[in-house]
Amino acid sequence: MPQSSYRGNPQAIRDLVQDTQVHKDIFISQELYEIEMERLFAVTWVYVGHESQVPKPGDFYTTTVGDQSVVMVRHSDQSVRVLYNRCAHKGVQVAPQGHGSTGKFFRCPYHAWTFKTDGSLLSVPLKKGYENTGFENMEASRGLEAVSAVRNYRGFVFCRLSATGESFEDFFGESLSTIDNMVDRSPEGRLEVAGGVLRYMHRCNWKMLVDNQTDTCHPMVAHESSAGTAVRVWQEAPEGTPKPMAVELFAPFISPYEFYENTGIRVWKNGHGHTGVSGSIHSNYSNIPGYWDSMVAAYGEERAHQILGETRHNTILFPHVMVKGPIQILRIFRPLAADRTLVESWTFRLAGAPDMLLERTTMYNRLINAPTSMVGHDDLEMYERAQHGLQHARAREWVNVARLLEPGETERENEVVNGTSEWQMRNQYRAWARYMTEGAK
Amino acid sequence: MSRTDQQLIAFIYREARLIDEQKFDDWLDLYSEEAWYWMPLTHGQPDARLHTSLMHENKLLLRVRVERLAGQRTFSQQPRSRCHHLLQMPSVETGHAEHKPEEGRYVTRTAFHYVETRGDEQTLYAGWATHHLAEEDGKLRIRFKQVDLVNCEAAFGNIQLLM
Repeated sequence: MPQSSYRGNPQAIRDLVQDTQVHKDIFISQELYEIEMERLFAVTWVYVGHESQVPKPGDFYTTTVGDQSVVMVRHSDQSVRVLYNRCAHKGVQVAPQGHGSTGKFFRCPYHAWTFKTDGSLLSVPLKKGYENTGFENMEASRGLEAVSAVRNYRGFVFCRLSATGESFEDFFGESLSTIDNMVDRSPEGRLEVAGGVLRYMHRCNWKMLVDNQTDTCHPMVAHESSAGTAVRVWQEAPEGTPKPMAVELFAPFISPYEFYENTGIRVWKNGHGHTGVSGSIHSNYSNIPGYWDSMVAAYGEERAHQILGETRHNTILFPHVMVKGPIQILRIFRPLAADRTLVESWTFRLAGAPDMLLERTTMYNRLINAPTSMVGHDDLEMYERAQHGLQHARAREWVNVARLLEPGETERENEVVNGTSEWQMRNQYRAWARYMTEGAK
Repeated sequence: MSRTDQQLIAFIYREARLIDEQKFDDWLDLYSEEAWYWMPLTHGQPDARLHTSLMHENKLLLRVRVERLAGQRTFSQQPRSRCHHLLQMPSVETGHAEHKPEEGRYVTRTAFHYVETRGDEQTLYAGWATHHLAEEDGKLRIRFKQVDLVNCEAAFGNIQLLM
């Protein structure tokens, strides 16, 4: 158990992140998890969902922002709203788990209070019972609490629970270019959620997953068992057998260190960054018939080249989103406790593109991100062993992130470095310490 | 010559037993070269192509799985997982369009409980397995196996062996 108390002690939190190492408590302290929910996931812009999940007014989707239960809903004016899913009356969740259509208003299933899809109170049965109670001045009369800071960026809906704080553009900065590239890959410039969502429970801290996304020194080691075996089995196939799509997806994982060194990492501000600057494991997939032509028709040859030539590997949108633009996958790391994380992997259809792209996307998702996935098994084993090691080896306090440390990193941003650098991890932990403590007394 | 119900049922039991006994090479031999193993992600999932599945694997991918389980550097199998199938007696699906005994093709459906363990952890899964079997050179082979979990949409941890 951690000895010191972090609540009300921002300096103790800052001390957990040093230049070349971070303290084990950031992965194992339940108190820090609670402060993450109260601060980090309130002051940063957190992903809620995609607008295609709520195409028509009244359509809703329930989810969480940090540990807060919210409902994303399409309002009558077509805008997407984010409301706390808690009846103003007795606290019942008005929208059921999942998605559906609520029509013009939410009706609480307990006492039939109704709320417009912007959260405002519409009606209360037997309203006269509240006469002379001062109801109009009560919290309950305000209806469902709406999150005021909501931003729909090219279909991706983010919110900031805290009413004040950094603007969406200031927070994400250049990292939005990864979303741009994923959307631009649609000849119509539009994405739709498609193919279902994989949910995978991890008994480890969520930051281990974030850390792993730009860790290019693990695939050839941890994934030798899955990707390595796939390549070996494939090589035993009779000569002339066409290379299956699955092997094409697996094989690049076990590329040598040099490959990852040369493809680079770009480090942005505020914890954002990505691997695969000049090429990536997603660069050499086969052409899909008809796709190139539809892109040229939509954008012209030069722009189409530019869009499809950008094959970023993993982009971290700090704190909890990983984007794979070239294969249209979003992975959301949902912290449930210090040692428990739900990973959701969402896939997207590129509007106007051939179905075979979505086929490749869903294949990648099940081969890499499913609880039944061999690659997933490799990774989760490492996270759970790390969680255990940090929790149960008192002799050591620190996790090392020193690889390819550069002078003056904190003063620099938007830089491209050697692809095996841990600068992006350091960037994430520094952002973590800052958002955990900024403005704290 | 078509198979008796008893032969089909014995085949299904044998498949589960080979998995439980971790005789994975023998298990793989039960599958046709054109076989597909499908574990849908959602209830009533119509499609394995444009919708993600938990598993949708041909024999090549099943072979990768089997070889991986035996690998020296398969760290998620150190220690190894064990599993146990408890099958309800399979029913021969005589009303199924693919069930054509005269052509040597059969369909069975089997309710099951499946337990997977590793170290001190034990997890119970429940579902239904549908087998499409076919005669190939005088032997029954699995052409298609579909595993429908009753809670297929739940957030699972690792499921490492085979149902």
